Amino acid sequence: MSDFWILLTGVLVASCSGILGTFLVLRKMAMIGDAISHSVMPGIVIAFLLSGSRDSLLMMVAAMACGLFAVFLIQLFQNKGVQADASIGVVFTALFAIGVLLVSLFARQVHLDQDAILYGEIAYVHWNTWMVNGVDLGPKAVWLLGITLIIIVTVISLFYKQFKLCSFDPALAAACGIPVALFHYLLMGMVSMATVSSFESVGAILVVGMLIIPAATAYLLTDRLSAMILLSVGVGILSVFGGYGAAVMLDASIAGCIVCAAALLFALAFLFSPSHGIVAKKLRLRKLAA
Amino acid sequence: MQWILISCTLLGLSSGIIGCFSYLRKQSLMGDTLAHAALPGICIAFMLTGTKSILYFLIGAGLAGIAATFGIGWITRHSRIKHDAAMGIVLSSFFGLGIVLLTLVQHGGYGNQAGLDKFLFGQAASMIGSDVLILSIVSLILVTVCYFLFKQFKLVSFDPGFAKGIGYPVAFFEQLLMFLMVVAVVVGIQAVGVILVASLIITPAVSARYWTDRLGVMVVVSGIFGAISGAAGAIASSTAASLPTGPLTVLAATALFGLSLLFGSKRGIIMRRLVQQRMKRTLGFGFEEQAATASVDDRLNKEASL
Repeated sequence: MSDFWILLTGVLVASCSGILGTFLVLRKMAMIGDAISHSVMPGIVIAFLLSGSRDSLLMMVAAMACGLFAVFLIQLFQNKGVQADASIGVVFTALFAIGVLLVSLFARQVHLDQDAILYGEIAYVHWNTWMVNGVDLGPKAVWLLGITLIIIVTVISLFYKQFKLCSFDPALAAACGIPVALFHYLLMGMVSMATVSSFESVGAILVVGMLIIPAATAYLLTDRLSAMILLSVGVGILSVFGGYGAAVMLDASIAGCIVCAAALLFALAFLFSPSHGIVAKKLRLRKLAA
Repeated sequence: MQWILISCTLLGLSSGIIGCFSYLRKQSLMGDTLAHAALPGICIAFMLTGTKSILYFLIGAGLAGIAATFGIGWITRHSRIKHDAAMGIVLSSFFGLGIVLLTLVQHGGYGNQAGLDKFLFGQAASMIGSDVLILSIVSLILVTVCYFLFKQFKLVSFDPGFAKGIGYPVAFFEQLLMFLMVVAVVVGIQAVGVILVASLIITPAVSARYWTDRLGVMVVVSGIFGAISGAAGAIASSTAASLPTGPLTVLAATALFGLSLLFGSKRGIIMRRLVQQRMKRTLGFGFEEQAATASVDDRLNKEASL
């Protein structure tokens, strides 16, 4: 039974981050995803210190606020003339440092250690279940991720056209009267939400891997946005299964193995993709030359 | 203790100086990527040698960093994936591999692996005499190289096309700068940790930018800011045993950034206000109108760039 819950958690993480990662990769904001996943740390720790439990609504709200705050700060410094990637670097290292410091200051009181932040605890997901009137409803992480996924799917499918236009041609979108900034922050809010709910299972840093690697893999395989989203989710799910198998065999970190599996799939697509792979390009060149 | 303080100061100094060049070349986040990429290098060095010698760690991390640089270059050159996504891919896959290796080491039959995870958040206090010596020497070498090649680095950072035109080996200097950044990051890992060492490369340089428009001054100011942050982190973490050095150093650097943002003599917020007011007084009404149109333009640009 534990295998089932671990895999289900992984699949949900892969779906949430696969959908959002597609937009991050297309809008050239991959590193903002990285920044958000680091910046939610202080929110998580503060909410944890206040509420004493790791799956409260408060944690979700606090972490989302932190993520949006980070995006806001990055934008602010950028407008003040700091280079884009430098302002990302300044903001997320500062927020992450605050988070780590809080953890080590209150390490004795709270049940939250540095390892859990980094690698996640996907192996223990099935121990932390949700009991209502003595009925076991399954792991809390699965519920949290499921709700997040439903929200993401709803928002994206409601505003699919707007998100699509904003990713490919923000200037045109602004000219059409689409509130570009609103959709920007909506996307960032969803990325923070996905990061927070995945945080417990795969850790703060490996969320980035799940956000970017499957989406980049899908980017090499297709030219259609809808296909890219589906492929990105598919690649993510595939790497969850592959990574879990490898982790069981090697007795190593599950989250680490999942990201490695995703990286392997990326390498395969990079080499052998029929449309954008290196081998296909070489063959096409040879055919042209002949 | 004094030696640890000195070596942390030197670390901050050298990465502050290197950071200036990477900031001007718009490669600040490379430092972050290189730092994450160093983790598997450290783990492999430990697995191969079985010792926690800092020299081997430096070599392993350095090689991993170079591999990451080439990986990013390769991905961006041979596919349509952009630079930022390539960085994200390399960063997270190297870090994932590092974590897998770290857990393998922890579960495997290696004897004295305890303390390997100190590299994640940095613990300057765990440095021993020989570590301090090696780190200090490497930092000094970095500073010296930057001092002697300052003119070349300056030209390559500002106008690589012109540098190429007058016959400089630009590619060589760019690779050299990248290599120096790998070294600076790797050296900083011991004190600040894998995740946060990028901050020592980025934040002092950004802060220094608020004080000057001259590269020479900027390098010196950034080096001093880095040195202060390193020293402050080392001192603060020595007062309470359980605190890791990394976050404290980063927060010191961020505090300096905040001060520069407000009080910077060239671009600080307060200075800008003063200049604006002076302009208003000398130009009278016309300026306000101009400012209004400028701010509308500004907003339109902002909307478009989102």
